[in-house]
Amino acid sequence: MREYELVIIGGGPAGLAAAAAAHEAGLRDILILERDNELGGILNQCIHNGFGLHTFKEELTGPEYAGRFIQQVKELGIPYKLNTMVLDLAADKTVTAMNREDGLFQLHPKAVILAMGCRERPRGALSIPGCRPAGIYTAGTAQRLVNMEGYMPGRKVVILGSGDIGLIMARRMTLEGAKVQVVAELMPYSGGLKRNIVQCLDDYGIPLKLSHTVVDIEGKKRVEAITIAQVDERNRPIPGTEERYECDTLLLSCGLIPENELSRSAGVELNPITNGPTVNESLETSIPGVFAAGNVLHVHDLVDYVSEEAGAAGRHAAAYVACGCKTEEHKALPIKCENGVRYTVPVAIRPDAAGDTVTLRFRVGNVYQNKKVAVYAGDACIFSRKRPVLAPGEMETVILKTDLLTGHPEADGITVTLEEA
Amino acid sequence: MVDIVIIGAGVSGCAIAREVSRYQADVLVLEREEDVCCGTSKANSAIVHAGYDAANGSLMAKLNVEGSRLMPALSKELDFAYENNGSLVVMVSEDDRPALNKLYENGVANGVEGLRIVERDELVKMEPNISDEAVAALYAPTGAIVCPFGLTFALAENAAHNGVKFQFDTEVTGIEKVDGGWKLATTQGDVEAKVVVNAAGVYADKLHNMVSEDAMTITPRRGDYFLLDHTAQGHVHNTIFQLPGKFGKGVLVAPTVHGNVIVGPTAIDIEDKEGVATTQAGLDEVRAKCGMAVKDVPLRQTITSFAGLRAHEARHEFFISEAAPGFVDCAGIESPGLSSAPAIGVMVSGIVKDILKLEENPGFDPKRRGILDPKGLDDAAHAELIKENPAYGTVVCRCETVTEGEIIDAIRRVPGARSVDGVKRRVRAGMGRCQGGFCSPRVMEILARELGVDQSAITKAGAGSELIVGVNKDAI
Repeated sequence: MREYELVIIGGGPAGLAAAAAAHEAGLRDILILERDNELGGILNQCIHNGFGLHTFKEELTGPEYAGRFIQQVKELGIPYKLNTMVLDLAADKTVTAMNREDGLFQLHPKAVILAMGCRERPRGALSIPGCRPAGIYTAGTAQRLVNMEGYMPGRKVVILGSGDIGLIMARRMTLEGAKVQVVAELMPYSGGLKRNIVQCLDDYGIPLKLSHTVVDIEGKKRVEAITIAQVDERNRPIPGTEERYECDTLLLSCGLIPENELSRSAGVELNPITNGPTVNESLETSIPGVFAAGNVLHVHDLVDYVSEEAGAAGRHAAAYVACGCKTEEHKALPIKCENGVRYTVPVAIRPDAAGDTVTLRFRVGNVYQNKKVAVYAGDACIFSRKRPVLAPGEMETVILKTDLLTGHPEADGITVTLEEA
Repeated sequence: MVDIVIIGAGVSGCAIAREVSRYQADVLVLEREEDVCCGTSKANSAIVHAGYDAANGSLMAKLNVEGSRLMPALSKELDFAYENNGSLVVMVSEDDRPALNKLYENGVANGVEGLRIVERDELVKMEPNISDEAVAALYAPTGAIVCPFGLTFALAENAAHNGVKFQFDTEVTGIEKVDGGWKLATTQGDVEAKVVVNAAGVYADKLHNMVSEDAMTITPRRGDYFLLDHTAQGHVHNTIFQLPGKFGKGVLVAPTVHGNVIVGPTAIDIEDKEGVATTQAGLDEVRAKCGMAVKDVPLRQTITSFAGLRAHEARHEFFISEAAPGFVDCAGIESPGLSSAPAIGVMVSGIVKDILKLEENPGFDPKRRGILDPKGLDDAAHAELIKENPAYGTVVCRCETVTEGEIIDAIRRVPGARSVDGVKRRVRAGMGRCQGGFCSPRVMEILARELGVDQSAITKAGAGSELIVGVNKDAI
């Protein structure tokens, strides 16, 4: 097996954008490893529109959006291997993978970009009591069956969780002839985008019940009924609030988990909040030369931001290889999250290693109104922006000018916080 | 008329089938579900008990100790996962010392080897996550863990290899004495047999009561469990029980042979013989009790929760004997039934052999090769395997790294997988942290292709559990 300077694990939106950007930055020796039978990742099953408004200033479907990047990768002549599963990533960046044609093989790249995406939280991890019959699917599994294979997983549906895939599938199942009876959400707010609640639930008269969860699943062979109940402030079901729905299907959209099994096997440090790697401003993980981008790093709301982030990872990986794979020692400013800011990506900035700007992405832990997002270098406020509404379902972005950081040499840390507007 | 009908393809029925296949006889196993290992055998603690628990002098004690002794050699002969990890019964209050001593003495009397009481200092060295309240424990070095599916499939496949027939989706609804044997009414027509073996698990009372005046009642005793991800591996090394005592009966925390951690069970007597639904109260009870003997059990890493039923008879004993001439009970097989299965197989086949005066089967082959797991191969052999059969190069289940080659093998076995759960229990596709989210549509495709049916006919676990109900817009 010939060696490559950069191996990108994952050929979804993150991997594709990273590959194209690394190539544009001058790196020519790149290989994408994709476990599915085509490039594009989960976008291939997202046949609804609404993708690409930021990137292409037009509304594309998921496959169309992926298609733009796939075409770019093909035009650039970047090689990729499909149906190829990476089995192990070692701390020295040895990649062990396999497929039908090459069998079991190893690669020893100079740099690696982690772009494995995320997976859905299944019923088991939610510990929902009741029977375990057929008819319980994660929203994404149902989406694959309906959108890629044309099969109906059920006719009368209850959805638990108001993540974006669940909302999209509420509409899809309705359009395909199923009756979606209710969407129950454990939290007092939705985890999905506002526009999806309007366009996928409200427009079809599907009720969204906040602070509700599934307390029982009936059906020995196939789902026969689902009981939901309201929960108290500690998320415990309130007796007497049960509502039973006869149905044959329960779809789950209860959160996405970055797929970091390979990162873990390599010894990449993970952030317990995001379940993704901790990265610096260059999207470089705790292992020099190993970068991460997209949903493997933290779950995004819009694919446009995945592409943007992955592009940056691609450029940084190219720069790392171009500089002879040396990581210079620079002062790093750790980022502290306060007042409802749950996490930031990156977790630290090295002003001397950063370009003109650094993009900070984060999510908040609750719904907030009339706040401002403020960033401090030490005690000095270097950024502030009013936000009329902040919600956990929407990712926040702050672009920091690096010279504001270098202008505060006394600062030994950065704080991102919410303040009263 | 066949020679022997065994009712029930759980671990007992399959162990009996495998042992009687040593003799020259027509043997038919009838199973109401679509596969082997669908009842009590599929949802339990996956433990090989050392045998100190059951009352000295009971059949249960005898078969437990024998089964535990037979298991290691059997696991090699039939190629299933077994690990002799040891077990600890932990005492959390000095007040319970007499009960611990009594358990030790009972174990010694039962013939369990190597038993000893370990005090806290040693216990902490053995199990760093043992509860801060743990005072001492009964250590049984012969305690072990086993894959209950692997054991049951191995027995069934070896039985089939030696001529035993399996018939699924066949429920026995009536029994009638006929000349020279029994006539069984089933949902698939009548079957006649010289000897009937009742290994029907929670339904064994129903069948027993069809032929015997001496009524038996089997109570389904439900146990709720949590199964934790591989990331919890190493939290405990031995199977850790809590000594029933001052603070009640605890739950066990144990590693599994596949690197998960299992926590449970509850013991809730119910009426429904198929009541395997978990309840909030049951799961909460496991949550509350798991910390009694082991600290910081990482329940946040739960990948699934489930419940199983034990076939409990009020006397807490195995009932293995002729309930009527030519009708052999194998009833009341609750825990330690899995541990005892190899010995139960030997005992029941002995009874049947004597009734029918069976001759040895000279062609009996005791060996069975398990489904090849490429993860166990070295790199060179692994590469060679993919070259020979590229299906071993396609990973279908990402969480457990299960390839198409393994899934095809599982389907082509006799008896083979016919459903998504059948594949899952044989090769672990869908058994991992995403619980089949990614692989179940692919497994359905492979099943449809291999079985020559449409994907819409593929079930989770037999008729009525179809995973697809139609095609897009077919109802509009």
